[in-house]
Amino acid sequence: MSPWFDGYPLRPDSFDEVFFADGTLRPAAAGVLEALGQLDPGELHTRVEFLRRTYVDQGVTFDLGGRETPFPLDIVPRIVQAAEWAVVEAGVKQRVLALEKFLDDVYGEGRVFTDGVMPRKVVTTSHHFHRAAHGFNPPNGVRVHVAGVDLIRDPQGDFRVLEDNVRVPSGVSYVISNRRALSAALPEVAALHQLRSVQEYPLRLRAALTACAPRGVSDPTVVVLTPGVFNSAYFEHALLARMMGCELVEGRDLVCQNGYVSVRTTQGLRPVHVIYRRVDDEFLDPATFRSDSLLGVAGLMNAARRGNVTIANAVGNGVADDKLVYTYVPDLIRYYLGEEPIIAGVDTWRLEEDAHREEVMDRLDELVVKPVDGSGGKGIVIGPAASAEEIAALRARIEADPRGWIAQPVVQLSTVPTMINDRLVPRHVDLRPFAVNDGSGVWVLPGGLTRVALPEGELIVNSSQGGGSKDTWVLADTSERPHEEIPEASVHPVAMAMQRREDVRIQPPRSQQEQQQQTASEGGATC
Amino acid sequence: MLSRIAESLYWIGRYVERAEDTSRLLEVYLQLLVEDPSVDTRLSTVTLFAVLGMEPPAGPVSSQEVLRTIQNHPTAACSILASLGGGRESARRARETVPPEMWESLNTTWNSVRTDESRRRRPLAALAFVRDRCVLISGIADTTMSHDEGWQFLQLGRQLERVDMMARLLLWVSANRRSMSAWNNALRASGALHAYRRTHGAATLGHDAAEFLLLDRLFPRSVVHSLSRAEEALAELEPGSRRSGFPSEGLRLLGRARAELEYQSLSEVLTDLPDRLRQLQQVCVDVDAAIAHRYFVGSLAPVWSGGAA
Repeated sequence: MSPWFDGYPLRPDSFDEVFFADGTLRPAAAGVLEALGQLDPGELHTRVEFLRRTYVDQGVTFDLGGRETPFPLDIVPRIVQAAEWAVVEAGVKQRVLALEKFLDDVYGEGRVFTDGVMPRKVVTTSHHFHRAAHGFNPPNGVRVHVAGVDLIRDPQGDFRVLEDNVRVPSGVSYVISNRRALSAALPEVAALHQLRSVQEYPLRLRAALTACAPRGVSDPTVVVLTPGVFNSAYFEHALLARMMGCELVEGRDLVCQNGYVSVRTTQGLRPVHVIYRRVDDEFLDPATFRSDSLLGVAGLMNAARRGNVTIANAVGNGVADDKLVYTYVPDLIRYYLGEEPIIAGVDTWRLEEDAHREEVMDRLDELVVKPVDGSGGKGIVIGPAASAEEIAALRARIEADPRGWIAQPVVQLSTVPTMINDRLVPRHVDLRPFAVNDGSGVWVLPGGLTRVALPEGELIVNSSQGGGSKDTWVLADTSERPHEEIPEASVHPVAMAMQRREDVRIQPPRSQQEQQQQTASEGGATC
Repeated sequence: MLSRIAESLYWIGRYVERAEDTSRLLEVYLQLLVEDPSVDTRLSTVTLFAVLGMEPPAGPVSSQEVLRTIQNHPTAACSILASLGGGRESARRARETVPPEMWESLNTTWNSVRTDESRRRRPLAALAFVRDRCVLISGIADTTMSHDEGWQFLQLGRQLERVDMMARLLLWVSANRRSMSAWNNALRASGALHAYRRTHGAATLGHDAAEFLLLDRLFPRSVVHSLSRAEEALAELEPGSRRSGFPSEGLRLLGRARAELEYQSLSEVLTDLPDRLRQLQQVCVDVDAAIAHRYFVGSLAPVWSGGAA
């Protein structure tokens, strides 16, 4: 075994994805770690430095409090086996389909309420439920064009859903750039494995966006709407626009007139048909939502309602990733799809229900309490790590607004070896697979973003809280052979290229002569 | 093309050219102090600051200080660092349009200049680094971008800045023309010395050098050449009938400025050189305003004020 792992401090309470509890290597991970072990310490250090340098040079950054910070990428990849991935893929698909049906129902008939699966109050009290989205009929029936489902592995190693993101999930750009950077840093290790490619994502997304164009538009203009360069995910917006070959626009580039949306160009206004927006609902349209928003454009909702432009993801999706709704998702899967959930969630207490609240109010110091509409790890209180004052403050806030909070037991996330100060140590990780829905099916990007909490024992992995990332290697199922064999080259390699012409004057014999001549004349002069 | 993106590309062109020309100018200035005993150090320093549009420092200044201000000052307008920063920021705002290689090259150059990396270099090596990188960035743009509308805006910015910087350089030279090497410096600071010698021979004569830098149609940094390239770019951006006149104000301004140089005798052109150079700078300002009015105004958006009251 590699010297890197001498004294690897396994955490007894978590599932380690590389080592068994007795310290032996799991077979799936062995190849990568042995290959890493071949590198001597100096070499490995050079590779780590190369990785860091690459991200600074390429400007792969996120905005942290107004400063561009390179996104920390760890040198050790995270391995997901084909069989494990099959579960993730099926589970994510199932979840996205159920949430699609749920959203369609919520903004339509509301059968889920009349059939008693979920109280109507849960939805109408959600901050992200928008009446303005009621009665919308998306062109190809898709509301969740892109979804990111946050998964963790519990101490038994089973995947569990931690939360759904169906508003504007971010992070996919790092999946793409992590792979490029890591395979450049560790080519010999990457070449040992058959990895599922992540390069397909922009194509899939572009196809899904084209597919949701307003009816009757055969060659739609697709734009990516960004809040601007100061947004923490600006790098991602630019990367996706570039890779999809479409314009990256800001709110001020757009104009709404007579229910149509156009973009200002040097040749005047040009119509826009699909907006992949990375701006939150509240800021999209000052005429409908927050009137002080400068990030959107007035009249956008009107144009969308008239079916002249498609907004992706749809407005009002936030109701589906509300954490209180999350507790009902297993029921929703059974109700809409007639299936059992493939990936379980984490046990959750709904603090607005008196029985649940009473059960946990005295045990807040041993639970994780989360705001229902938070993202980026904001507002989460981890009981065992919180002070008595924090718990007391939390208790008061829950009592003031029980609808705003849920409680979960502390789940020890799985750990993966991570390079910290030239040593490999276990750090907690999660996984965010990305799914794209083009109306004919849900496609899950084989990989997803692995975020890693860099401080020891830390359970919050968000980059805004000092988290980094890892490249996620989904191993290809080698039992499946590609269907198409590449036909053998019909031309013999030698015959493929014309002979190249050279400048004959610079061939050695002649220049030798010149040299001789020179020495001869120099010799002559000194005589 | 989005107005906002067009404006970004235009400014990348301007800023990268500005950084390159400023580094060339500084290189010559540093050598001048060392090599030419007839130079009036104080005068050449003060005028250098003046032509770059910077406040000249009071009292005597060391060449290190000059370097620190013009090369590395993070905020002083026209410093090399600020120019590269401006170019980089423009590229960041147009990142989906700018070729990735070009972005990366601009980003690493800026990173290198703003960190200690460049301060560890010898001053001349640091300036040569900037010059080389700027040429590299322009080269990447020319060889990897489609020469479509976006590239024309980049080209427009680059050529306009070149005219402006040449006017500033010549102003500096004419203010220091008592120094023996003044015109040689002008040629060196625009990378023209070699080309000039191949054309006019070894002796540098004031009016030959001025003619070369202002009027030569074949030398790519001469004023006339840059004006023509800017005109071409603008003409590409302005399709339509060529039956009479030019509809675009920018094109008219450029054409007029070029005609005034090309259709006068050299002695007329050189009669009041500083005044002519100031006029050229004014032309650059006016063309910039005309382009902004014609193409970039769209990037100013109306603000929604409904629902506030």
